[in-house]
Amino acid sequence: MKEGIQQAQLGLGKPGAGAAKSEPRARMRLAASGRLLLAGFNRACMLLLVLVFAMPFAWMISTSFKTLPETMIFPPVWIPRNLIWENYTAAWNTGPFLRYAANSIVIAVGILLLQMLTIIPAAYAFARYRFAGSRLLFGIVMVTLMIPAQLIFLPVYLELSAFNLLNTHLGLILPFASSAFGIFLLRQAFMQIPDELIEAARLDLASEGRIILRLMLPMVKPVLVTFALFSFIAHWNDYFWPLVMTTNETARTLPLAIAKIREVEGVATWNVLMAGNLILVAPILAVFIASQRHIIQAFVYNGVK
Amino acid sequence: MAQIELRNIGKKFKQEAVIENLNLTIRSGSFTVLVGPSGCGKSTTLRMVAGLERQTEGEIWIDGKCVSDTPPGLRDVAMVFQNYALYPTMSVRGNIEFGLKNKGVAKPERERLIGDISELVGLTPYLDKKPQSLSGGQRQRVALARAMVKQPKVFILDEPLSNLDAKLRSQMRTELIQLHKRLGTTFVYVTHDQVEAMSMGDEIVVMDKGVIQQADGPMAIYGQPANLFTAQFIGTPPMNVLLQEDMHALGIPAMPGVHYAGFRPEHAVLNPPDGTEGIMLRGRIATRESLGAEQIYQLELASGALVSVKTFLRPMETVEWAAAAIPAEALHAFDVRGNRVECSLNEWREAAGGGILTAAGAGGRS
Repeated sequence: MKEGIQQAQLGLGKPGAGAAKSEPRARMRLAASGRLLLAGFNRACMLLLVLVFAMPFAWMISTSFKTLPETMIFPPVWIPRNLIWENYTAAWNTGPFLRYAANSIVIAVGILLLQMLTIIPAAYAFARYRFAGSRLLFGIVMVTLMIPAQLIFLPVYLELSAFNLLNTHLGLILPFASSAFGIFLLRQAFMQIPDELIEAARLDLASEGRIILRLMLPMVKPVLVTFALFSFIAHWNDYFWPLVMTTNETARTLPLAIAKIREVEGVATWNVLMAGNLILVAPILAVFIASQRHIIQAFVYNGVK
Repeated sequence: MAQIELRNIGKKFKQEAVIENLNLTIRSGSFTVLVGPSGCGKSTTLRMVAGLERQTEGEIWIDGKCVSDTPPGLRDVAMVFQNYALYPTMSVRGNIEFGLKNKGVAKPERERLIGDISELVGLTPYLDKKPQSLSGGQRQRVALARAMVKQPKVFILDEPLSNLDAKLRSQMRTELIQLHKRLGTTFVYVTHDQVEAMSMGDEIVVMDKGVIQQADGPMAIYGQPANLFTAQFIGTPPMNVLLQEDMHALGIPAMPGVHYAGFRPEHAVLNPPDGTEGIMLRGRIATRESLGAEQIYQLELASGALVSVKTFLRPMETVEWAAAAIPAEALHAFDVRGNRVECSLNEWREAAGGGILTAAGAGGRS
């Protein structure tokens, strides 16, 4: 292929350009083939990356349609002989799945709404105002990013139990009412908005609330969407907190239900488990597909500055 | 229509004083241009009038009311920013409408105002577009429309033309002058471009280092610069300034209190015909620039000093050495601190003892 391109370039050259021009042309040819090589290498890397992420996913989908013996076959088969839809009903019937799903939605959405309510004003204040202790407070917010959940779950558990909030939706929502990551992300986005815009709005008699709602938030929409996704996915998939903070079914979420499938008959029923997993990730996948344009925008926006 | 008064204004950023004891009255209905090099405090002054910056000392009065404690939105001023500051997520209509909505103007009234304004600035076909899809000139018009629709008492424009290309800039310049005529509102305009200042302003305020150097009409600023700074800031190329020793070498008579003499390049006559009255300079032509209708030369005098000479509608001089005559009435005198000293023509003549200021008399030098 490379030769073909080189020949095409030679063909393009003016006839009789002379020996004097042959050297730069050779250099051009070299540069062109170098570019081609680089582009090829680039694609190969991207393909590899995609495979690394896509393979387990494909494997999950494939397994969810297999019979149990089929999951154990070696060498593995990618396409099951028959599509076993019953795996999905089996997964659904392992417990009160509807309740789990409702719990998951209430908790993930509740957390998200509460976070929006707290991080937007906080990020705006940190981005736009200098007040006494603002740097120290922001520092404290940043430090909380570095504290792992495993470190604080015990005191939080005791606190929730003191307030009788164990096994309630509120008990699973409140510990995540704000997000240091969200404040940081949004603050950076707010800081990129030129001062003149806010000044223009002030001259237009806009109140602080209107400036945030009508001007700033629409401008940081990609960042907001990205954060909303991160938050939703993190809490939708969260296993640790719901496991620790619940003792019965009332507030348990989907990830706990999926984990329970494994224990059903003593043998790991991988096909049913994977079907359950697919039920778990399907809503996330749908959200991702619907908002991928915003996600890409958010990262381009943050990357350029 | 409103008069703006700045009384003893001072502004400090942290501990650094940017403006000290500034007093300025901007006439109602005038087109006042604040001009000066970057960092001279002109934008800060403008932003204090708009209320975007709080003065550290002094008072600001607009239309007979002290507005020192009035927030920007209630000062009845509208501002056009250098980078337009259009709201990127709103359509052109949304941009123009935002201020009206905040003011609580009813919908039919808003519709009517937007219709009128967009007709006036030629934006009607673009009302539903986003600012990003408009050209620089169109964005500029949106910014103007957004300011005009509020029918403010004062328009404040902060280098509004500096992001446009040269051709569009001169076009918008004319449009702004016409707009000012039509509205009759007070315009306060900031620029670092003296050509813009001269061509647009009916009042020019020259600033440097936070101090007003001169505030006057454009012809007065050009004809009677109050000090060396103004003399050299206004005019292209700037006024030539001769030091005392140059003056002596050229036979310019010494006058009490005069430390510098200046003349504008366009007042010197290059290779004058015999018998021309004036101070005669001779020098080597160091550089030549032609702008078509005008030519600019730099003459290197025997002392090493460079002076610019500008000619109009004359062929380019190709000789290496040239003479230039400066009519005595074109000379400006400045004292040791650079302030203007009024010298009448007769005083110069008398001091010169009559004959020296003629071409023949000074011709021997070089």
